[in-house]
Amino acid sequence: MVLRLSGLSVTRRRRPVLHGVNLALGSGEFVGLIGPNGAGKSSLMEAALGLIPFTGTSSLAAMPADRRARHATYLPQSREIAWPVSVEDLVALGRIPWPGGGRSGEDRAAIDAAIARMGLEAFRKRTALRLSGGEQNRALIARALAQDTPMLIADEPIAGLDPAQQLACLRLFRDLAAEGRTVLASIHDLGLAARFCTRLVLLSGGHVLADGPADAVLGDDLLRRAFGITVRRVETPDGPAILPV
Amino acid sequence: MRKWSVTLSVLVGALFLASLLTGPAGLPAMDSLRALAFGGDGPIPIVMREIRLPRAILGLAIGAGLGLTGAALQGYLRNPLAEPGLIGISGMAALGAVIAIQTGLSLAAMSALPLAAMAGATAGVALLVALAGPRGGSVTLILAGVAISALAGAGTALVLNLSPNPYAANEIVFWLMGSLADKSMLHVWLALPPMALGAGLILSVRRALDALTLGEAAAQTLGISGTGLRWRLIAGTALVVGPATAVAGAIGFVGLVIPHILRPLVGARPSALLPASALGGAALLLAADVAVRLIVPDRDLKLGVLTAIVGAPLFLHLIWKTRSGGRV
Amino acid sequence: MRGFVRRSRTILAAVLIAAAALPAASGSAEAAPQRVVSMNLCIDQLAMMLAAPGQLVSVSSLAQNRRLSPMAEQAVAHVPNTGRAEEIYLLRPDLVIAGTYTPQATIAMLHRLGLRVEILPPAEDFDAIRAQITRLGALLERQAAARDLLARFDADLAAARAPSGRGRAALYYANGFTSGPGTLAGSILGAAGYDNIAADHGISATTHLPMELLVMARPDRLITGATWPGQSQGEAILDHPALAGIAPTERQVTDRDWVCGTPFVTRAIRSLR
Repeated sequence: MVLRLSGLSVTRRRRPVLHGVNLALGSGEFVGLIGPNGAGKSSLMEAALGLIPFTGTSSLAAMPADRRARHATYLPQSREIAWPVSVEDLVALGRIPWPGGGRSGEDRAAIDAAIARMGLEAFRKRTALRLSGGEQNRALIARALAQDTPMLIADEPIAGLDPAQQLACLRLFRDLAAEGRTVLASIHDLGLAARFCTRLVLLSGGHVLADGPADAVLGDDLLRRAFGITVRRVETPDGPAILPV
Repeated sequence: MRKWSVTLSVLVGALFLASLLTGPAGLPAMDSLRALAFGGDGPIPIVMREIRLPRAILGLAIGAGLGLTGAALQGYLRNPLAEPGLIGISGMAALGAVIAIQTGLSLAAMSALPLAAMAGATAGVALLVALAGPRGGSVTLILAGVAISALAGAGTALVLNLSPNPYAANEIVFWLMGSLADKSMLHVWLALPPMALGAGLILSVRRALDALTLGEAAAQTLGISGTGLRWRLIAGTALVVGPATAVAGAIGFVGLVIPHILRPLVGARPSALLPASALGGAALLLAADVAVRLIVPDRDLKLGVLTAIVGAPLFLHLIWKTRSGGRV
Repeated sequence: MRGFVRRSRTILAAVLIAAAALPAASGSAEAAPQRVVSMNLCIDQLAMMLAAPGQLVSVSSLAQNRRLSPMAEQAVAHVPNTGRAEEIYLLRPDLVIAGTYTPQATIAMLHRLGLRVEILPPAEDFDAIRAQITRLGALLERQAAARDLLARFDADLAAARAPSGRGRAALYYANGFTSGPGTLAGSILGAAGYDNIAADHGISATTHLPMELLVMARPDRLITGATWPGQSQGEAILDHPALAGIAPTERQVTDRDWVCGTPFVTRAIRSLR
């Protein structure tokens, strides 16, 4: 198992937001975390990473900080870049947990590979903050790739991106899973989640409502319970398109 | 980066020499340096070794310390407006120093002076981090700084006014503006060891500050401990700013101006900016200290006057940019 | 607490007013002021030397300060004032003597209250001291006492003076200040036979002298300002190792005899022997 959560509960400002969640993720899985706003998706990922206090156990949070940093990387929703650093320097931050200090041959190779994979060669020396939003997002993903961890946790990675960028991002995550890594990402677009994820986890009111393949999780009854909506499913050659009505 | 560190080092060396060779006595340069290196009879070795050397060393060390802590605080708070002088850390250090002096503690043990200043600086920086930690914005930071500065300034004035010593009340200018005039080697030995320790602590969190570029959460998942970083930064800042203020008063704006100037040159990465800012701060303070001796040779013009003349317009410019939503 | 002190001062003043009425009534000259208040430390001393018994009602509170006043014991016999118009007025003086540095607002207020205020400049040399004694004698209608004091002062001064050429000396105070020959301290130095190194730098009054110029001048004798209780950065300069380096043996501190232009300066001159 790459990540095992058991009985994970989180209380924020004295309000319980997560109730005893059990979840186990293996390698090669791209798990989409879906659910309405306030369902506890961000809390689940933050608690799993040990960023916020929780009760229960998280195999990841239990690791010492340096080992954890070489086991899982995290893309927060905020996409913060505080200083006008170059794309190259930004990506190199992913090497902090590794012993080379960012300068060893292994580090250089990981940074180059990440930049190449995200198609950022032309922007290498450019200041990341001066790039477009989509390019900045790619640079931040490259930073996560440079960390070279078996697991990637991403909080709403496609929010605010144009359709082409959304597709590119999800394809990348699917490819990463195909390479044997594990990806856990919260996604609001149910159709895209259904198309790209190998498994969906539906969260509502701090409970796991459903966990499994898209067909099983995106049932009418479950969606009504979770979101209070009904959806229309249109089958297309590329997978189901899901329209809320 | 490497190119800039060489340039800055050469500049610091030249200004250190200029500081040694500047003074009202107008000594011949070669005689001065010979007297400094080899001693000898007569007053020139005393002037060089007891008066000018400690002044130059303190200018170098305090400038470096202020540049370094400025860059470190900016990196930690992810805010280019952070600076030990402006946000009240130096003011709190001055309050600590004044209390140590006026209660007679520093008379009982010389080390009480830097220790009390460090305690003041610790209180200042801890209060600031609590009020305007990494999640606080520019407005919180500046307001917290204004409040801490006001409190420290009022406390300092109060303690000095209550002193039985007639000269004490006039010292408020020294504590607010800072000066290196007539400091001795004693001050050097008092200030340098804790400052070196503090600088070491701050340089040890360079990579952690780099990681903070991505925000607190991402930095933690890169293996950075938030509490460890915070305590090292608070302790390091207090160890540098406390003794510096105890011997030279509060000198503002060095830690603001230098990182701002150097960021486009050496890169915005805190790990590159920190050592460069130390060199830049040393250069700025040495230059300012040479300038105060050249502008009004027969009076003790305070260093903070010059640094504020350079720094305050830049500060306004930075606030303007923050206001209009631009990144610095 | 402070209210109590003020009240007790007022009571003390009332008692003294009653006591002062007796000798004042037996005074010789009609025009002589009967209730004199001095607001200046230096005038305080000369006035205490010259005034008839009971004529001087109040002196400045500084006159009781042993660090500043050679006549602190005598000053206890007078009501101390802290130089505020209100308390001066309540003393009901018929002559107020102030110094040049008494705040203008206070002087103006005393004038408005209808009091006679005389302002005397500080005496910065021996001739000025002589003139001050004569002037104050005239103001107090104590010309005979002034003549006696003047004669004693002249004799003391002649005895205290030393021939010049004893070497070079420097005065150095808190904040790196020095006094040139145009000041009282400079006059004392000159009378004791020393050349003042401040003169080498064109300094006549009291002003800042960078420490390295002092070190370069290599004075034979260093006279530093007195240090006060509590500490100050300004005084810390007097502990600078460079000063110990130039004048290791001969170091003297200016005391209360140096503060004011009074006959006590002869003691200051003798102290330099």
